[in-house]
Amino acid sequence: MSYWTGIATQVGIYLIAVLGLSVLCGFTGMFSMGHAGFMAIGAYTSALLSIHLSMPIWVSVLCGTLLATLIGTLVSLPTLKLRDDYFLIVTLGVGEGIRLVIQNLADLTGGARGLTSIPGGVTIWGVLVIAVLAVVFIKLFLSTKFGRNCIAVREEELAAKSVGINIFRYKLLAMVISCALCGLAGGLLAHYLNYLTPTLFNMTKSEELIIPVILGGRGSLTGTIVAGLLLLPLPELLRFGSAQEWRMVIYGLLVVLVITFRPSGLMGNKELTLQNLKKFLAGFFLKNRGQAPDGKGDSV
Amino acid sequence: MFLQQLINGISVGSVYALLAVGYALIYSLLNFTNFAHAITVTIAAFGCYWFQALITPNLPASLLAGILVAIVMGIFIELFAYRPLLVKKARRLYLMIVGLGVSILCENLMIIVFTGRVRVYPEGFPTDSINIFGASVGLIDLIILVVSVLALVCVELYIEKTRTGLAIRSSAFNLEATALMGVNTNRLILTVFIIAGLLAGIAGTLLGAKYTTYTSLGTYMTNKAFIAAVVGGLGSLPGAVLGALLLGITESFVSAYISTSFRDLFAYIILIVMLLIRPSGLMGKADGDKA
Repeated sequence: MSYWTGIATQVGIYLIAVLGLSVLCGFTGMFSMGHAGFMAIGAYTSALLSIHLSMPIWVSVLCGTLLATLIGTLVSLPTLKLRDDYFLIVTLGVGEGIRLVIQNLADLTGGARGLTSIPGGVTIWGVLVIAVLAVVFIKLFLSTKFGRNCIAVREEELAAKSVGINIFRYKLLAMVISCALCGLAGGLLAHYLNYLTPTLFNMTKSEELIIPVILGGRGSLTGTIVAGLLLLPLPELLRFGSAQEWRMVIYGLLVVLVITFRPSGLMGNKELTLQNLKKFLAGFFLKNRGQAPDGKGDSV
Repeated sequence: MFLQQLINGISVGSVYALLAVGYALIYSLLNFTNFAHAITVTIAAFGCYWFQALITPNLPASLLAGILVAIVMGIFIELFAYRPLLVKKARRLYLMIVGLGVSILCENLMIIVFTGRVRVYPEGFPTDSINIFGASVGLIDLIILVVSVLALVCVELYIEKTRTGLAIRSSAFNLEATALMGVNTNRLILTVFIIAGLLAGIAGTLLGAKYTTYTSLGTYMTNKAFIAAVVGGLGSLPGAVLGALLLGITESFVSAYISTSFRDLFAYIILIVMLLIRPSGLMGKADGDKA
């Protein structure tokens, strides 16, 4: 596999995880700092099952996904009725806790030295198909009642509650979807890299997963995808020197600037569609001629 | 052994308490968690180290310098990161994201500037240990304990006895009503950040002396302190202290009698168990605003 295919595969895998977080953080408005931990569960479960029980990888990845979903759901249950701060710190705690458990179960997981000789078999095409399926799934999900209720929970919890939306249930649903996609991405990563170390799933990774969602637009699937495609290749491309740290510095700065000046993210709630693009361009050119596209533009 | 671990635990717990009170103070006023708290701790330790390395290896002066740096950092964060959002009355979530952004930004900047090396103060605390009822206790642990308790008592007195303290207490009750009574709440919020910075500075300089100084020192410690604040009840100052002592003592016993590698895991287990049985924490108000 060539260098570029390798990068594309990793970007695809991480994009699947980012899509999961987009449902949770972008559309339902709950911030998690520990989803790398759920990736770790998916990755290690799938790797261990395929090594020790020589399961075919698609079965082991499925098992990893299920376990990640199960654990994610169980630990988030007590916090879903609480304020976002609690959810954030519990996810952080769980994420770090999972990493610590993996590090300390050295007999099973290889500990800090890592787990090697994991059967491969994940190809760029497989990842691509799964990523596209994930996008389609989320797109469909958002257009159903369930997805719209999730957005209502993000926008105004109290109002959502008063029109009879069971907030707890939709937060749980978002958590289930995000954990499943992260577990899936973890499993794919294990069989693509053929080795795993606990540091692959540290807190910085959780931050990296959530930053495309914040920057791309917390209500925009296409915004998140575009931001993900731009940001996710960077860790591989900037492998030398202190470029990694500078990258995180710039991420931090971008987050502060975006939240201060455009809190809903670069794309806001808008989706990048051909129609919107046309409208935007039309508005842009017409405004330059001192004319508003729909007669309302000049008041803005 | 038992007594020794108990004193160690209380000593660690008192440092957690300094940080947890910082969280609780800001939370009680503004209802959000300051996720940028960690960097004030780290920067204090580095301030102390560089003061000794570059200017003069004088311990008390360097401690003061470190604390000063932390206070300046606290002011900086409030003015440049939170103030613009607070003025706009932004949602609490945005404040937390900005806090995370600031902490990612500063932590990595510190890794670049200070490199990942672990540093030891040129002039640290005495490393002797003394005997108390047969338990051998490190002098540094006792110093940390005494200094932390003094700092906490001072903050408590400040909040209970002064006019500003009264304003802080009333804003914890209702920030808007306090503003209507003619209190300059912007200045009050800044004051709270200064107090939190001061406490973080004390904690940071002491931690830098006890452990070494490294770039993730603050993150590691404030995560624990935040757990302590949640266990005690977010927004409650006595709760924060209680939670911190509880966590410190538990950690000390777990690492002594079970395993040091399970110490960190245990903190998170306590957190999750606490949220399961009593989400409002030991001394938190069980108000309906939790949803």
